[in-house]
Amino acid sequence: MSLRVSELRVVYRTLKGDVHALDGVTFGLADGEILGLVGESGCGKSTLGKSLIRMDGRMRHLGGTAVLDDEELPIGDDRRMNEFRFKRVSLIPQYAMSALNPTRRIRKLVAELLRSRGVALDAAELESRMAQVGLPPDVLGRYPIELSGGMRQRVVMVISTLLDPSLLIADEVTSALDVSTQKAVVRALLGFRDRGYVKSMIFITHDLALTHHLADTIMVMYAGRLVEKAPADVIVQAPRHPYTRLLLDALPEVGVRHADRRLTGIPGSPPQLLDPPAGCRFRARCPVADDRCAEDPPVTALASDHHVACWKA
Amino acid sequence: MLRLDDVTKRFRTGMLGGGSVTAVSDVSFEVAPGEVVSLIGESGSGKSTIGRMILGLQPVTSGTITFDGSHVRPGKEFYRHVQGIFQDPFSSFNPVFKADRVFAMIKDVYHPSTPGPEWARRVEAALHDVRLNPGQVLGKYPHQLSGGQLQRLLIARALLLEIRLLVADEITSMLDASTRIDVLNLLAELKARGLGVLYITHDLSLGTYLAERTVVLRRGSVVEMGPTGQVFGGPLHPYTRELLAAVPRLHQPWDDAVPVDACAYHVHGGTGVLAEAGPGHHVACARLGTCP
Amino acid sequence: MTALQEAAPRPREGVRREALYFAVRNGKLLTGFGVVAVLLLAGLMGPLLTDVPPNQYGPRPMSPPSAEHWFGTTTFGQDVFTQFVHGLRSTFLVGAIGGGVAAVIGMFVGFVAGYRGGLVDEILSMLTNIVLVIPALAVLLIINAYLGLRSVALQGLFIGLTQWPWAARAIRAQTFSLRSREFVDLARMSGSGTLRIISREVAPNMSSYLFMTFILLFGGSILIASSLDFIGLGPTDAVSLGLMLQNATQWSALQLGMWWWFVPPGAAITAVVGALYVANVGLDEVFNPKLREL
Repeated sequence: MSLRVSELRVVYRTLKGDVHALDGVTFGLADGEILGLVGESGCGKSTLGKSLIRMDGRMRHLGGTAVLDDEELPIGDDRRMNEFRFKRVSLIPQYAMSALNPTRRIRKLVAELLRSRGVALDAAELESRMAQVGLPPDVLGRYPIELSGGMRQRVVMVISTLLDPSLLIADEVTSALDVSTQKAVVRALLGFRDRGYVKSMIFITHDLALTHHLADTIMVMYAGRLVEKAPADVIVQAPRHPYTRLLLDALPEVGVRHADRRLTGIPGSPPQLLDPPAGCRFRARCPVADDRCAEDPPVTALASDHHVACWKA
Repeated sequence: MLRLDDVTKRFRTGMLGGGSVTAVSDVSFEVAPGEVVSLIGESGSGKSTIGRMILGLQPVTSGTITFDGSHVRPGKEFYRHVQGIFQDPFSSFNPVFKADRVFAMIKDVYHPSTPGPEWARRVEAALHDVRLNPGQVLGKYPHQLSGGQLQRLLIARALLLEIRLLVADEITSMLDASTRIDVLNLLAELKARGLGVLYITHDLSLGTYLAERTVVLRRGSVVEMGPTGQVFGGPLHPYTRELLAAVPRLHQPWDDAVPVDACAYHVHGGTGVLAEAGPGHHVACARLGTCP
Repeated sequence: MTALQEAAPRPREGVRREALYFAVRNGKLLTGFGVVAVLLLAGLMGPLLTDVPPNQYGPRPMSPPSAEHWFGTTTFGQDVFTQFVHGLRSTFLVGAIGGGVAAVIGMFVGFVAGYRGGLVDEILSMLTNIVLVIPALAVLLIINAYLGLRSVALQGLFIGLTQWPWAARAIRAQTFSLRSREFVDLARMSGSGTLRIISREVAPNMSSYLFMTFILLFGGSILIASSLDFIGLGPTDAVSLGLMLQNATQWSALQLGMWWWFVPPGAAITAVVGALYVANVGLDEVFNPKLREL
């Protein structure tokens, strides 16, 4: 097992109190596995990604552990995490396109970054990896502004995986891209895994359809908790949690017409995490909820690889 | 109702407007009452520029845009019938004022003599039409509301006018999946009431959900347009095929269509000439019918 | 329904009343304005309390503060308190006129250039840059020397006329970024004209910024005025805090241990500018509904 996260709890500190963004999440990630992390805004998916590499100033680690390759990640300790970042755990941020220093040519930028980590630049390796994501070698001699958004995105992807990290976290990397570029980026990420540049990957997105094309396993989150986790095909074809089902029902596909088949959204909105309600957090919006749901549903295994947190599943 | 004829937009660049970039070239299409037309294109295709020109927010370089046969003249009368909603709901509201100020602005200009209680009733009716609970949204600041609520407030605002054409520019792209479809269904209801909608998007699946007709845009030119079923059921232009192939689908893997640049007949920048492939179905392809 | 009736029909008055509501509850704003108000009052009322002309020599030079001379006397026996209150008055005047003129021109140029863009922007920006590179102090020197300006008001006016460019540039940049926000488009689609959009949509978003600009221009005017005073181009028939400071330095008040000569004017300049800064932070909280909640 490459990554093992247990009972991870992270809060955002605000003047009104602690926002429980991540409230006891447990999951594992096998070697070579790509996990798609899906959910609506505010469900804690980005918080989970961030907490595994760098907590920002407002975040606080309340409890739980993350073990990467049999070594516990000091996730609450910013300084000790430094030796893991980039070498063992790497992140492609949401706005990676604007993460590049505009005054440096790409080659110099990469060299400087590597030097700061005490590693020498292997030019041939860099070029071959650039080629692997479909970037011509002359990109290295250009300034970031001369590249398109999709190209810059891929440059950041190559840089983040240059030291062959064990775990790669891709946070909403495709959200701002056009469909054709999305496809190229997803293929490049698959290539990283297949060539062994990264051992395992967490792909955070709100796009269920896209995740399905990349991830081996999909984990759905809601209001800071795990809702359902299963192989990608199972999530898409035989979801068990009502939230997953409703989410899939709300998904328009090419060819679905309003006149033929009327899709519906999920009524209501997620609960406030400042003071989360007791019991199942989806209860207020759930069409099948009953009295029993006032009690917290435990995450149960329906099959060895299918976990659901619902009394009705 | 709305008609674009050979609309072209060039932006001047550089010191004192020395250079120029063509953002939209020779675009022509129509939107009828009670019809949803989706304008589909990737970033840089000029789709938003077209929307802004229709709304009179940007001048047209050449060509004509007419609404009910007369040229677009941005002003009180024009905006009584034509309104727009944009992508970022949080940027559409002035952050220092309460969100319901958008209604007050309409009252100031269009209904200054309507008595307060009567106006309040109309606002409530409009909110009801967009499935918003007045108590939950009135008197709040934009940052206290969700993106879905804000976009609906803007639709309600349009309903307080005698709106006939709505330009919806990526209005659902920043919303969550669970609320996105509700906003689309709302547009469908308005359409049933006779409203014409130009739905601008980069998302093909959202575009096809509502639209009777679809216009596909690439680098400022129309590459294919026609009834949605035909454009996406039997796409003729390689670019349309490529777009369609890139859309991730739940139940089938990606297929690799012919990339545009590999199409032997493709002239860079488009031919500009649309050939008729079927009733109402036009394609910018010089070798229509001879393509495999 | 009750919430609806309360919220919908009272648009702008409501916003103003609400800003006032938060303003009178904001400690920083009240402290800042309080300090300024006290000094302003001293400048307005102080000269009425003493009928001695501020520059009149007295019989007891170099005496420390006492019941007779509250702030002591100068090397020439002038009463420091009399000079101080007169100085406050002219300093406020030069700051208000200089800062006011510069702020008005800067806002006009900045808003128009930023909102209109295009050719208008290029012409106005060129003008701004030309005025910006003119060495303001040298021009003021020449103008003063030729025209022999001796009144505080004219001094303020000329300072204002040379100080606006950086304010214009800053406001232009802010307006430029706000102009592309969609609420400006929405206002246009609500039938609002350019002037209305600038005053009702753009300006309220940068109200604390505009106020800060004025404070900086105000403080800058005071400082430029004292420099002019120092080289003998200030008003000869009046007193200003700058002039007092320069006199104190010139007659070695520091070395002679006459702290009462330079501390009051120095502290007053610092207090005025500092208090305005504190007020500005408070104002930001009043105008920005997001900050209010923290």
